[in-house]
Amino acid sequence: MSYDTVATWSQVTSLLMFIAMSAGVLIYAMWPQNKARFEEAQRRALDLDSREAGSTDHE
Amino acid sequence: MGKSADTTEEWHALTDALAVGAAVLFAVVGLTWAFAGIDDGIRFHGAVLAAAAVIGAIYILMNMGQTHDRSVYFDGPIKFATIASLFWGVAGFLIGDVLAWHLAVPALNFDLPWISFGRLRPLHTSAVIFAFGGNVLLATSFFVVQRTCHARLAGRWSPWFVVWGYNAFIVIAGTGYLLGITQGKEYAEPEWYADLFLTIVWVTYLLIFLGTLARRKEPHIYVANWFYLAFILTVAMLHLVNNAALPVSFLGSQSYILYAGVQDAMTQWWYGHNAVGFFLTAGFLGIMYYFVPKRVERPVYSYRLSIVHFWTLIFLYIWAGPHHLHYTALPDWAQTLGMTFSIMLWMPSWGGMINGLMTLSGAWDRLRTDAVVRLLVVSVAFYGMSTFEGPMMSIKAVNSLSHYTDWTIGHVHSGALGWVAMVSFGAIYCLVPWLWKRPGLYSMRLVEWHFWVATIGILLYITAMWVSGITQGLMWRAYDRLGFLQYSFIETVEAMKPYYVIRAIGGLLFLAGSLIMVWNIWRTIRGDAPVDIRDQPRIAAAPELRAAAE
Repeated sequence: MSYDTVATWSQVTSLLMFIAMSAGVLIYAMWPQNKARFEEAQRRALDLDSREAGSTDHE
Repeated sequence: MGKSADTTEEWHALTDALAVGAAVLFAVVGLTWAFAGIDDGIRFHGAVLAAAAVIGAIYILMNMGQTHDRSVYFDGPIKFATIASLFWGVAGFLIGDVLAWHLAVPALNFDLPWISFGRLRPLHTSAVIFAFGGNVLLATSFFVVQRTCHARLAGRWSPWFVVWGYNAFIVIAGTGYLLGITQGKEYAEPEWYADLFLTIVWVTYLLIFLGTLARRKEPHIYVANWFYLAFILTVAMLHLVNNAALPVSFLGSQSYILYAGVQDAMTQWWYGHNAVGFFLTAGFLGIMYYFVPKRVERPVYSYRLSIVHFWTLIFLYIWAGPHHLHYTALPDWAQTLGMTFSIMLWMPSWGGMINGLMTLSGAWDRLRTDAVVRLLVVSVAFYGMSTFEGPMMSIKAVNSLSHYTDWTIGHVHSGALGWVAMVSFGAIYCLVPWLWKRPGLYSMRLVEWHFWVATIGILLYITAMWVSGITQGLMWRAYDRLGFLQYSFIETVEAMKPYYVIRAIGGLLFLAGSLIMVWNIWRTIRGDAPVDIRDQPRIAAAPELRAAAE
């Protein structure tokens, strides 16, 4: 296998891989059912609703 | 917790013994270098390591056998790192301003080798990036991961080892520069033994972070933690690859880097630019994604955008390094690749900036009423500005003017002072009352003063460097009618003088602002009653005091 063959293969493969990965991220982020899950998760993580019991008794 | 009290006690005893054992091991290594080292540098640094290990061992022995409640957050190391960040911040800004005055008035180095520009410059960059920024990242990441996972930090002594060991590394690195010990790689100056020690500290940091995520009580890992994790993981990788070296002797301070020529340059700037991308950007975006929504008590504008922001940022940043090597021996395609990825970075950077700013939508009044919010928001605005400027400067045609000029220094400081330091100040002003359980900051008025003094300082700094850099670039490329260079180099240096003075004054203002902060934080930690509590938002108080007030 020549250098050119290896170079072309690796370039095309990595290009396709990057496109697939970014498509995966976009689908995950924009999936309709995930919207509500994300909102709920971040409100919990940031303690936005609980009025925060305090750092000593969060259980 | 399924463990019985006996097992817990046994477990604690075992970890206590292991921690003492580790401290003894470090002391032995340090003493070996201190007594058997073949040069002054490693003997001195061996003594520093041994002293740090002995102090650590004494601390462990005095606090051994303590039981801790898993339902309580582990905040001691966070407090330590917060105070360390203030100390190193002031030290680093001070050295930076001293250097700025050196450039304006070169005689100020008094011909002393220890304070010559070449030695003080890495001391300044390391003090502000790794000592100040690093401690802010340690403090905030340990704070944020616990709060957003609702879990106690993993480890019993290891978080203490990370903050103590990291600061010992800083002392070893910094004193090394003054003694003339350096491996000559920008932002990676510490020699092989300091690098190895930092590796141990950093891997421990990674394990603590992963361990805390593993014991989280929330099903979802909040986005700030993703940014922190990317920062920790990537810095580990960058550090290991770029610092691969062969020591001349295991008892001496000198080593040789494994790479040579253009490969070395490429590895160095792959490291260098990702130190910007992952240390100074991803880590501090973690701060933005926790402290901005927390302080204004609203969710992030678009959580979906934050996910896209994260993945695109980390995918693209890692390729941008070659833009530091335009018009060098680096192959042309690699330069173009670096430029292309840098330009693509516009998208995630601005997406993230918009996400941070729009988190305030519906609460824009907080910008007027809360100076801490203003610090955070202005930092995000500076992030937007410098991430616009950076890709622009990576374009080869622009770079042919800007490279090697003061424009680069101005760009770095609009990011470092405007974004990194300002977001850090905002986070520290949030953290201190929360950690020390105070009803608020000692004085909000002093935060106002800090904000304005620092902002004016930054503006003086970056505008002076724009003018100086572009002047310099144009003078270097000016030809006369016959094709000779129009200016000698010294003429360009002379033309810089007024801008260097303005820059040094800007730096002085920035330093003054940080001193105001230290005074304010000191009074807050001491427990002095806030002088303007009615001007402070509810969220300024520690959580337990907030709940009590309702």
